Amino acid sequence: MDTSRSDRVHDVVVIGGGPAGLAAAGRAAALGADVAVVDAAVMPGGQYWRQPAGDVLAGSVTHLHHGLSTYRALTGQLAGIAAGGGYYPRHSVWTVGRDESGFVVRALTGTGAGEYEVEIRGRRLVLAPGAYDRQVPFPGWDLPGVMTAGGVQALLKGHAVTAGQRVVVAGTGPFLLPVAAGLAESGATVVGVLEAASPLAWARHAGAVLRNVGKLGEGAGYARALARHRVPVRTRTAVLEASGDGVLERVTTVRLDRHGRALPGTRTTVEADTLAVGWGFTPQLELPLALGCATRVDVDGSLVCVVDDEQRSSVADVFIAGEACGVGGADLAVTEGEIAGTVAAGAAVTDRRLLRRRAALRRFAVAMHAAHPVPSAWMERLTDATVLCRCEEVTVGRAREALLLGADDARSAKLLTRPGMGWCQGRVCGYATSCLMSAWSGRPASPASMAARPVAAPLRLGTLAAADDRAPG
Amino acid sequence: MPERGTDVVVVGAGIIGAACALYAARAGLSVTVLDRGSVGAGTTSRCEGNILVSDKGAGPELDLALASRSLWLELAAEYGADRFELEEKGGLVVATGEAGMASLRRFAVGQGAAGVTAEPVTPDGLRAHEPNLASGLPGGVYYPQDLQVQPVLAAASLLAAARDLGARVVTGTEVTGAARGADGRLTAVHTRDATYPAGAVVNAAGTWGGDVGERLGGSVPVLPRRGFILVTEPLPRVIRHKVYSADYVENVASDDAGLETSAVIEGTRGGTVLIGASRERVGFDETLSVEVLRRLAAQAIRLFPFLADVRLMRSYRGFRPYCPDHLPVVGHDRRVQGLLHACGHEGAGIGLAPATGRLIADLLTGAHPLVDPGPFDPMRFAMEDV
Repeated sequence: MDTSRSDRVHDVVVIGGGPAGLAAAGRAAALGADVAVVDAAVMPGGQYWRQPAGDVLAGSVTHLHHGLSTYRALTGQLAGIAAGGGYYPRHSVWTVGRDESGFVVRALTGTGAGEYEVEIRGRRLVLAPGAYDRQVPFPGWDLPGVMTAGGVQALLKGHAVTAGQRVVVAGTGPFLLPVAAGLAESGATVVGVLEAASPLAWARHAGAVLRNVGKLGEGAGYARALARHRVPVRTRTAVLEASGDGVLERVTTVRLDRHGRALPGTRTTVEADTLAVGWGFTPQLELPLALGCATRVDVDGSLVCVVDDEQRSSVADVFIAGEACGVGGADLAVTEGEIAGTVAAGAAVTDRRLLRRRAALRRFAVAMHAAHPVPSAWMERLTDATVLCRCEEVTVGRAREALLLGADDARSAKLLTRPGMGWCQGRVCGYATSCLMSAWSGRPASPASMAARPVAAPLRLGTLAAADDRAPG
Repeated sequence: MPERGTDVVVVGAGIIGAACALYAARAGLSVTVLDRGSVGAGTTSRCEGNILVSDKGAGPELDLALASRSLWLELAAEYGADRFELEEKGGLVVATGEAGMASLRRFAVGQGAAGVTAEPVTPDGLRAHEPNLASGLPGGVYYPQDLQVQPVLAAASLLAAARDLGARVVTGTEVTGAARGADGRLTAVHTRDATYPAGAVVNAAGTWGGDVGERLGGSVPVLPRRGFILVTEPLPRVIRHKVYSADYVENVASDDAGLETSAVIEGTRGGTVLIGASRERVGFDETLSVEVLRRLAAQAIRLFPFLADVRLMRSYRGFRPYCPDHLPVVGHDRRVQGLLHACGHEGAGIGLAPATGRLIADLLTGAHPLVDPGPFDPMRFAMEDV
């Protein structure tokens, strides 16, 4: 298949069709800009408004969703962009380059040998790549039946499928509640929600919380659903180990002290066929990093992009919105998207309410991260036999050998013992490897050292070569 | 506060610095290794780990390569091949046209006279070596002496062996300059945080050797030559040897500053297939070149058609340290007493590392040199300026 080329140069190319991307595209289009939206998913909405193909939130999964009026407004604007030939669903961007017209977004579409590359050009970019579940290893996390909370939620929202019959939901953060509530409402038995944080964790952040009562209301709704289904929610509790004969059968849990360390004598084992784990989220930074955008380490330990008050990155004409500039949820993503889309379209942000809302939601996000840290004692629960990198089957003990060979950061550990070298390219194990190397070597954590992935999505060599065969000379 | 002084300070903890440190320590010298980054984090981590004789014509570099290959085998016998993941992989050079076949044969005859085992391969014989090669290729030459190591592991293991002999390795510290005595001789190396007294200093900073040389008072003309490598998804072992097209040899020796690519393909222990090689002089430009990636992919598919359906998982780029005459600089800097250089090995640093380290140790101790150091004399460029 040939690469599809077009001479059209959009004013704004938005990459990502989740809350931030849709909001940016809608604003920019409303201001008269020629907008393109490039999104890997079949349906718009990202992870937050994920849904089955063709459903358009018509029926089967609407009870799982919030903010549907916002969603309908945004997809209404997207329909206008699509009518103008600017909507590219099922297009995974593998790299972004530059030419004399501005940016060249190279996306893959089609499957198998029918995969081909599409080039989309634009003068300005809005990157809204979103985030994925942050994971830390524990004994047994590589057993079938252990999943990410986001993966469980995607099955539910995207395919109306419950991941299992008896489910434990564990980790930390407000995202655990909708996952558990969705499962319970869909007929699964949720054995328990294990929240590592203290129930009092939010008390210190009353100010940030009071300015965002709407978000609390959302949480209260989930709590009511969980109560209705008699789902126990245990705070200061974490998974110690998952076990079973080839598949998950049992989950061993433990109570934590206020430092996140396991309390002796508090082990409990429950039977479960599915364990959904989430420790917050890791922003997806392949494209910003490939473009050279400056980054920083956020309060939750994630590598995020630096943006100014108008969502500009450090690279001219590149705007970033949503989780990639700091994990903060869908409402913040929509607000940042609206600001980014406005400025990318060449207008000024005149609506001060937008800026105030962003400030309040960011404060809320900071409070959320402070209340839901990944308890660093997860490292104490590892054994040398615990798998660190599932793709390359690298154990914690093996990674520790890298230290003896002189490794002092995550990248050297990867180069010497292969964590992060496999299919996921460190998306799953990068955070944990960086934390472990820091703890072992005494040097600061180095999330940036494993984050660069110049090929943002895998592609067939035949697809890559196709354009070369057509090129003159 | 000065650190403890040593006979030698080696600047650079890549493969060359590691080999210099080990052979100096084996010669009984006390050694400190300094690196601004981590062990093997520079060009050592950006290559395939080749130890090749197949790509070198008769001459001083081939002599160094043959001596170095023997030392690699010695090191593997002494410390264990697994410490380096050393593999006797063999190289298969494939001609892509009849004219190319003729010149490849001539090249191989010259190599044979210099001590390289080079076995001509018929068109049918190609498939016996590599069952998945494209049909219709005119033949090639098989080089059983070509080896491979895991380069970062190899550098780390050489340094670990040097540490066992008392060497000290300090990473995350950048060399900023040097102290000289009244007679002009180097007496110490300054880093951002400390001073390391030294009897001699070895510049093993690879692609950054020019810059480090200048900081130490003796510049060498080492410049970056960028290359990209494609890494596929993991596969069963489908490619047995290092396989490359005959035009690779010409590109290595070329003085063209523009982009040159030739297919260099091999499988790894992890199951991934590595695809190179490109050469271009664009300074330290780190941006991904889609054009280079496309050409590498197209050339690889021409040799191995099944690769068209294999997925590219990642790519990386590195900057080879090259000198204008494509030979490394190894030896004393006669402008600055106490300064030696061991850099500029272009794309052959892994292969040439042990012999370079041995040669440096020989020069430091006054032992009879392993090979004639004349062709690698760092002063061969400086002389032209005088």
